[in-house]
Amino acid sequence: MTKEIHANIPEGDLKDKWSNYKAKAKLVNPNNRKKLEVIVVGTGLAGASAAASLAEMGYKVKSFCFQDSPRRAHSVAAQGGVNAMKNYKNDGDSVFRMFYDTLKGGDFRSREANTYRLAECSASLIDQAVAQGVPFGREYSGYLRNRSFGGVQVSRTFYARGQTGQQLLLGSYQALMRQKETGQVKLYARHEMLDLVTIDGKAKGIIARNLDTGEIERHGAHAVILATGGFGKIYYLSTLAMGCNASAIWRAHKKGALMANPSWTQIHPTSLPQSGEYQSKLTLMSESLRNDGRIWVPQDKNETRKPKDIPEEERDYYLERKYPAFGNLAPRDIASRSAKEQIDAGKGIGALKNAVYLDFSHAIKEYGQDVIEERYGNLFTMYEKITGINAYKEPMKISPSAHFSMGGLWVDYDLMTTTPGLFAIGEANFSDHGANRLGANSLLQACVDGYYIAPYTLQNYLADEIQVAKTDVNHPAFDEAEKQVKSQLEKFVNLKGNKTAEEFHRELGKILYDKCGLSRSEDGLKKAITDIQNLREEFHENLLVPGDVEDINSELEKAGRVSDYFELAELMCIDALRREESCGAHFREEFQTEEGEAMRNDAEYSYSAAWEWSGQASEPILNKEPLKFEYVKPTQRNYK
Amino acid sequence: MKIYLKIWRQKNKDTKGQLEDHTLDNVSAEMSFLEMLDMLNLKLAKSGERPVEFDHDCREGICGQCGVMINGIAHGPLKNTTTCQLHMRSFKDGDTIYIEPFKAKAFPVIRDLKVDRTGFDDIIAAGGYVSVNTGQAPEANSIPVTHNEAEAAFDSAACIGCGACVATCKNASAALFTSAKISQFTHLPQGKKESAKRTVDMVNRMEELDFGHCTNTEACQIECPQDISVLNIAKMNFEYNKAKLKK
Repeated sequence: MTKEIHANIPEGDLKDKWSNYKAKAKLVNPNNRKKLEVIVVGTGLAGASAAASLAEMGYKVKSFCFQDSPRRAHSVAAQGGVNAMKNYKNDGDSVFRMFYDTLKGGDFRSREANTYRLAECSASLIDQAVAQGVPFGREYSGYLRNRSFGGVQVSRTFYARGQTGQQLLLGSYQALMRQKETGQVKLYARHEMLDLVTIDGKAKGIIARNLDTGEIERHGAHAVILATGGFGKIYYLSTLAMGCNASAIWRAHKKGALMANPSWTQIHPTSLPQSGEYQSKLTLMSESLRNDGRIWVPQDKNETRKPKDIPEEERDYYLERKYPAFGNLAPRDIASRSAKEQIDAGKGIGALKNAVYLDFSHAIKEYGQDVIEERYGNLFTMYEKITGINAYKEPMKISPSAHFSMGGLWVDYDLMTTTPGLFAIGEANFSDHGANRLGANSLLQACVDGYYIAPYTLQNYLADEIQVAKTDVNHPAFDEAEKQVKSQLEKFVNLKGNKTAEEFHRELGKILYDKCGLSRSEDGLKKAITDIQNLREEFHENLLVPGDVEDINSELEKAGRVSDYFELAELMCIDALRREESCGAHFREEFQTEEGEAMRNDAEYSYSAAWEWSGQASEPILNKEPLKFEYVKPTQRNYK
Repeated sequence: MKIYLKIWRQKNKDTKGQLEDHTLDNVSAEMSFLEMLDMLNLKLAKSGERPVEFDHDCREGICGQCGVMINGIAHGPLKNTTTCQLHMRSFKDGDTIYIEPFKAKAFPVIRDLKVDRTGFDDIIAAGGYVSVNTGQAPEANSIPVTHNEAEAAFDSAACIGCGACVATCKNASAALFTSAKISQFTHLPQGKKESAKRTVDMVNRMEELDFGHCTNTEACQIECPQDISVLNIAKMNFEYNKAKLKK
């Protein structure tokens, strides 16, 4: 049986929808707010900003993160910048253009109203971050500086050297700590959410494990916000942190929330290539580098000369050649796929022939090394630390790597899932980026969801909960959830097989990257599904978790995450298989134009796939949210 | 490469720890230091032993969660490099490596190489922010900040909160960490109104916790992965005295 899903988009013209919503949304009297408790899981930009903002309003907030401090959430690693419509450059930017760029970048697979709101709220975010003391790059005059990012023709990206994510996150982390000091926020670091508790169909709390002691805890609330980020780590090799996981959203999904477009994963074009079997992650090099770096491969696939010895006419600057209008700043999906094309054609460079060059010699000649150093100094230093190579002297070697989950929990305009009282914000939801996210839009979405949307929409929900008593954590629903969590943990430890969670994860990641990564095909996906099922069966028989349940145990943490990945991985493949078109990052080999570009099928696939858990990982139920385009006409994306 | 490890094992903060010997064959020079520890943990798990608990997350030098003493040096031999960015090419075949947790009274050991750095969060909570609620901000360009001041603020704000400064200081002082945050705001017009209170509250909090005093040995900057300058400490002292005089 499929669920009724309603996006609840407000009435009115596109540009008035959010104003109309705010004008009519229900409010909670300041005196009543302190009676209402909200759980926020995750302390990245979305989670920390939501928790801080709600606490400032007067709600009682419990904030959870698995890291040892909220400041370490993976938003910290975003390098290049955050987009906002300020039009400080006077170069033709507007809210509509930013909305259009984002919608087009996402290959017309996102909701118009949500995407418009993202652009509309973007300017306030810059104001807020500046007021917090975020040290954005400045002109000598003292005004804010901008640069350009992929997929757009204006400069609307604000940045703090190559550490924009860190600086924005510290801003919201500090706001969170300020509220912790007042007692308005209770902080639970080193806690991992292991289940969502629902009572009469509403989200009422979570089961969390104290990672330092192994103790299982019950936490009740009037509403639960999941801000737990993306799950690109499912590919094992990715740009994500080692601890990034899907467990919170997946367990909420198994309790009834729908998962939307799970297979849409952004493969980032500029990460460092894999250099060996032992490798645990692929470090990202900011897309901002493509402002000044030129991407190329040698024309001859048997090339053996050093890059500087290869003359200009024997190099193929393939992005500039194929997409002259956008050149090296083509959107990420296109840049990644083009790199794959070159690598698959045998023109890859480096020992494993799995990379392409990103060359700064032209920019250094034009602007001087000091300018390049000021713009990207920390990135060049990072590159040298990892590879031992000085990129001022020779080109960087880069390659595509799993990065961002456009998919996530399905949410309506309020960012509420199909489970009342359960909200999903930031990368954990699916809402704004369609089938491909534009660079510097992820920090933006996380902040806008947390600072400006959740505080309004959550209040609209909580207004009806004022009369509802504090959640009783002795309710049978908590007993049941806790029992299940404990029995799963014990099962993992008692299996005593001979393969660790990490070994399984590596194998799973390889299957996904090969068959459900940059390009997908019916045969490949069907094979992947069988392989995942077999490996999952082996996982549940042959898993090795040393140590105990009631103790600090990193291996046990990994086991839970990998167990969820096994189920999600199959859903990703099913999602990719059922979508018989190409769009954005989802490239089905069977559906491409003569020039090898993604070919959408708007007549049949202009919808978001919202999957429902049926009790069986292999038999998910598909619900469709049709996408209606009233203000733009979907076209074939053209970056030429 | 063949690497000999002497690695700290400790069950919890109340028990005594000791160094344990392990040998790893086939360590590749391209591996990161933490990937070498992954290799050790896989070996331990397969032989039925408890893997070594160590902190890490982003593995690209920015989250600040990793950090161990490597041959007595916080984050190991390379300058301005976190443990996760250190690669085995910095060692040679046959080397013996001592690996110990960041040790400080204010950083109790949780297990093995994992320590509790909650004290840093507490120092920030005491005042390391501009008190601006969501929604109160004026238009961004109405607060101009010169290029140089913004860059100087950034230099201080770049701290990743790893705790290497505390671990390397003979007094286990948190002066570099605390001063970096205080100093960031001295460069900016935002939050000027609360600057005296911020400085005093943060310094007092630092002293209430188990961090020691700064005696200007300047070891902290040398081992800081972000090269946070000790001039921040001088700035903090100046701001602190100024705040006290105003009272």
